[in-house]
Amino acid sequence: MKDIHAFLSPPAEMARRHGPHDRIVMSSRVRLARNLRDAVFPGWAKKPERVRVLELIRPAIESLPEMKDAFSEAMDSLSALDKQMLVERHLISREHAAKSTGSGLVFSRDETFCVMINEEDHLRMQALRPGLQLRQVWNAIDHLDSELEKKLDYAFDNELGYLTACPTNLGTAIRVSAMLHLPGLVLTEQINPIIQSVNKLGLAVRGLYGEGTEALGNVFQVSNQMTLGENETAIVERLEKVLSQIIEHEENARQTLLEKKPKMVYNHIGRAYGILANAHSISSKETMNLLSLLRLGVDMELFPGAERSFVDELFLTTQPAHLQREISDKLSAEERDLIRADMLRERLKNVSRPVAKPRGEGPRPDKTSAV
Amino acid sequence: MLCSICKEKAATVHLTQIVGDKMQKMDLCEDCAKAKGINDPTSFGLADLDLVLGLGASQQIEQAAGGVEVKCPRCGFTQADFKKSGRLGCPECYQTFAEGLGGLLKTMHKGTRHAGKAPEALRQSRDLSDRLKTLQNKLAKAIKDENFEQAAALRDEIKAMSDSAATAKPAK
Repeated sequence: MKDIHAFLSPPAEMARRHGPHDRIVMSSRVRLARNLRDAVFPGWAKKPERVRVLELIRPAIESLPEMKDAFSEAMDSLSALDKQMLVERHLISREHAAKSTGSGLVFSRDETFCVMINEEDHLRMQALRPGLQLRQVWNAIDHLDSELEKKLDYAFDNELGYLTACPTNLGTAIRVSAMLHLPGLVLTEQINPIIQSVNKLGLAVRGLYGEGTEALGNVFQVSNQMTLGENETAIVERLEKVLSQIIEHEENARQTLLEKKPKMVYNHIGRAYGILANAHSISSKETMNLLSLLRLGVDMELFPGAERSFVDELFLTTQPAHLQREISDKLSAEERDLIRADMLRERLKNVSRPVAKPRGEGPRPDKTSAV
Repeated sequence: MLCSICKEKAATVHLTQIVGDKMQKMDLCEDCAKAKGINDPTSFGLADLDLVLGLGASQQIEQAAGGVEVKCPRCGFTQADFKKSGRLGCPECYQTFAEGLGGLLKTMHKGTRHAGKAPEALRQSRDLSDRLKTLQNKLAKAIKDENFEQAAALRDEIKAMSDSAATAKPAK
């Protein structure tokens, strides 16, 4: 068995992976659900059947070229902490982290591809990349799926498409999503109307860890909801259109804030820095919300010399499981809050406090993101 | 009136939504409404699938069955199980519960017919049957127009195509 800690890329390296528009779009993902024709869905299958399906699917995935040197494991041989780390990296869902015997996962060396076996469906495969790259992730997972269909007999119906455990995923069984950092829209209080109009277009807006989670750190996940009656490309294109509008709104909101309410922005960012750099106990929730403001400050060039990847690394390393991994296992929430604060103070030592620019001379957004 | 989810507490949250030509009504107690995330009525639609699945879907399946309990012959899954989980038991359940699911899919999705990717083997047979259909339509038109020369050519083409389809390995 491969050591998962040795296998996962260091957070500092992860944070330095860049993609188009990554100032606002943190990552792009496409997930496909597939099931085997002759097997009961995981939620209804008895243990021996789930094990049989796992043993059938796992070698098929491992044999794909994309999965050369992949990490492949049954869920019952991973510790709760390992599973939580995988959730924090968006490699598996929280639902899958709760699985044990008869479930498994395989993910590629670079963590771009990940297949969950026996989550809600027999197969949940995803491609994940930094920045706005929806088409690229769709093409990548489409290819992986086409390779896999030669080895496995999928449940497919001409009328209904790919058959899934939940009727909401039927048809293309695709979920296209992007993770967005939208502090500007939150600070200007435009986020709720935007979420509502996005909902009206048949798209869902969720929190950081998907279904039923809150939007910590001003991070929102936008994804399609309907999967039947429309092809994959149309779904990808619709999402792309909506995302480009959200990006534009976010850039405008940031610009407006700097022009109309610079003191309010500097106050938020300055206080965030003050707490992060000086606290002796801090929860992961508070950390995320303050890091979001720090990230905004970097984008607004209020921290000369600091890079966005520095903040993104902290986004990951201050999460409960990653934090425990860096220190030692088995910490209580209170102990974690102390260690998290120690780490943040240490890391922020070399970041000087934010510069405030004189009124009316707010920093300009970088050239690549000019609207 | 009792809450339609827990069936214990009094319903204080009442929802009505028109989907297509159907009106859906739901009565929930405050706790269940909160649990389902219906604190903000403006951002809520009955098409939020947890709800439709938990209640509407099983009701539709029950109605379609005319009160008789439907059970999947392949995996033993029943409508009561669907009511509990909102998930189906196996791929064959889609046939077992087809009648009840039809209306549900309409409210959930953009259409009721798959329009995307298909496995390669099926894609070929689907393309073939599409081409055959087109040719048959042309043939019918040729006969109607009394263009018998063209009709004969089309007939031969159709025959050749169906023969090659029959000898090819049938798609699973």
